[in-house]
Amino acid sequence: MPRIKRHLNNMSHLFLPLSVLVVLIIINLIKGADYFKITMVNGAFYGNIPNILFGASELVILSIGMTLVTAASRGQDISIGEIGAITSAIFVQYVLRAGGDVTIWTVLVGFLISCVAGLFIGAFNGTLVSFFKVQPMVATLILFLGGRSIAFIIDGKVSPILANEISNRIGTVIPGVPIQTPIILTAVFIAVFAVVLKTTNLRLYVEAVGINPSAARLNGIDPKKIIFLTFLLMGVCSAVAGFIAVNKAGRHDSVNLLKFIMMDAILAVALGGNSLGGGKFSITGSIIGAYTIEVLNRTLLRLEVNPEAIKAFKAVFIIILMVMASPVVSVFAGKVLDKAKMIVARYSVRQTDGLNKAAVSITDTTGKKEE
Amino acid sequence: MGPLNSIRPKTRLSNSNLLFMIAGIIFVLMYGFALISYPGSFMQFQTFFDLFNLNAALFIVTLGLCVVMIGGGIDISVGAVCGLVTMACAMLLESGVGNVWGALFLALGIGLAFGFMHGYLIAYLEIQPFIITLAGMFLAQGLLTTLHKEPLNVTMPAFVRLRNFTIEIPWLGTENRLGVFIPCEIKPGVIVVLVLVLLYAILMKWSRFGRNVYAVGGNPQSARMLGINVKKTIFFSYVICGLTAGISGFVFLMTTGAGNIGNGALFEMKAIASNVMGGILLNGGVGNLLGAPIGTMTLLTINELIRAAGVQSNLQAIVSGLLLYLFIVLQSIVMSLRGRSKFRLALPSWLKSQQPSGEKKAENQG
Repeated sequence: MPRIKRHLNNMSHLFLPLSVLVVLIIINLIKGADYFKITMVNGAFYGNIPNILFGASELVILSIGMTLVTAASRGQDISIGEIGAITSAIFVQYVLRAGGDVTIWTVLVGFLISCVAGLFIGAFNGTLVSFFKVQPMVATLILFLGGRSIAFIIDGKVSPILANEISNRIGTVIPGVPIQTPIILTAVFIAVFAVVLKTTNLRLYVEAVGINPSAARLNGIDPKKIIFLTFLLMGVCSAVAGFIAVNKAGRHDSVNLLKFIMMDAILAVALGGNSLGGGKFSITGSIIGAYTIEVLNRTLLRLEVNPEAIKAFKAVFIIILMVMASPVVSVFAGKVLDKAKMIVARYSVRQTDGLNKAAVSITDTTGKKEE
Repeated sequence: MGPLNSIRPKTRLSNSNLLFMIAGIIFVLMYGFALISYPGSFMQFQTFFDLFNLNAALFIVTLGLCVVMIGGGIDISVGAVCGLVTMACAMLLESGVGNVWGALFLALGIGLAFGFMHGYLIAYLEIQPFIITLAGMFLAQGLLTTLHKEPLNVTMPAFVRLRNFTIEIPWLGTENRLGVFIPCEIKPGVIVVLVLVLLYAILMKWSRFGRNVYAVGGNPQSARMLGINVKKTIFFSYVICGLTAGISGFVFLMTTGAGNIGNGALFEMKAIASNVMGGILLNGGVGNLLGAPIGTMTLLTINELIRAAGVQSNLQAIVSGLLLYLFIVLQSIVMSLRGRSKFRLALPSWLKSQQPSGEKKAENQG
């Protein structure tokens, strides 16, 4: 039992995003009971749930990188959409100029090249943040302002079209596989990241740097290196997200590709119960947060909210959510809950007039509180 | 004692003033470069005044954001609030019900409402400012698109008169090719900018509130221990920022005369960039309020320079990004050199005599 309790305590930060997800799903079920219905079209699953997983794939990948950056550098990278636009432009140019038939190898090499480009851009941001000690938001503001123009110039001032079989399959489905390819890619990416976090010291080091950089330095961790590393990882995440996004869209639109996605990614990090001021982080929370945002967007569409007003509804929802999750409110709620429990305990004492039973009931309630 | 005193005449500048000085020098250099390379356009006073005339709203937004940034927070909703105000005021003026004063009060009201919301949620409920102001941005954008989608030109006579109203400076100006003297023109928005800069500079420099903001931005814990009401200070910094965003929306409408969805777009990013150029750090506690207009002028001069150079429109963004990069790196290098105490800036002798007498006494006693 205590092990389960400890486990539940460790999961307490997931309470908020999960409960929000449940509330949203209930709203959807009230709207129409066929929410979970999944249909087979041309050998692939379609329906609300697959669509959500499909739509949120880039956001999930970006929010993973953003979690690391936020945890280590205590700031946010606002240029992720632009990095994705640049790297995917490079990918598209490679594929179009490779000549001959587009094989799986062409796409793979293109993907690797775009990842390397992502690394370089991440290194640019990382150098500014770690070595020049610029605040992350300001450092990434440079690429935010100039990035899309770079992508536009790489594109050669048109929006090139990826009209080949393999890109199409990466963007939609591979024949014979019932799940859409972006979902599989996202799952693979999450798995790789989970393995990296499990097997290396990355989590420990990032948290140490985020909590107190000078203390981390005294313990032999170089904060500069760790922050630089998180920005490199962010670059790779952006490159992967750009790769998926451009294959989904089928053409490279340097102006609108991954536009303003950094806002959603930062929101996902915050929804996942992570502090935007660095320190301890939870990748699981961020992933759930990212899916929550996608569910929220689709729920608003499903409820037939006026498309112009969607942003306002989203804002109200975020505010309510953050108020519920805010430290002051949770402390207040905890006090109210304790008082209620005291009253219940007293009531049970009065009822039974037995000290023994009262003690049992008190331990029971404290146990519940911990959960 | 005597020789010791004469060895240490160097008075260290505070970080705020050092960064402000860098910003000022960069602006002067930038404008000087512009004057030398494009004398035809930049030599005219009207070009200089047009920086203010056309971008008065950006100046005002930057001022409000500056207060929040010194307090250690951030407000990314300012651009959206500015846009919302322009549209709401345009609708009010077009509906025929309201007059110009009503529109002004509406602008202030919307700004204050957003400021109160942000301030309360951030200061008293301790929610992260980035997320709350992001939500505020979404809210303002959503309300803006709900209100009206098409551009709305204000045709109300009283407002059109206000929009077209210009102040001429008779002793400054240029002669055109026909030899007719054209005096320089200033829009009323510029007066608002000047008044607000003066007001805010006084507020931040000499009022209790302003000093509290610096203390809270520098270190909230020690500010609390000094007996400063941290929550109240943060709350009012956001209220001021919201109010300023409201004013900037009205000034924007006074400049363009139309409500549009694109109004005030990306103002938040431009304002952050300007503040950083003006030496106001995002960490809080550092910065001179006068740096905000200087930074904005630097940004605008860069843009004007790029436009005058006839650079392709795509390269414009890249070049301005590069300049921002150089600027940030320069700032950081100066700061880090200063941290290693290899780099000291000595005040000129005529400034040193103005040391407060208390400090001298303490030195003598030491």
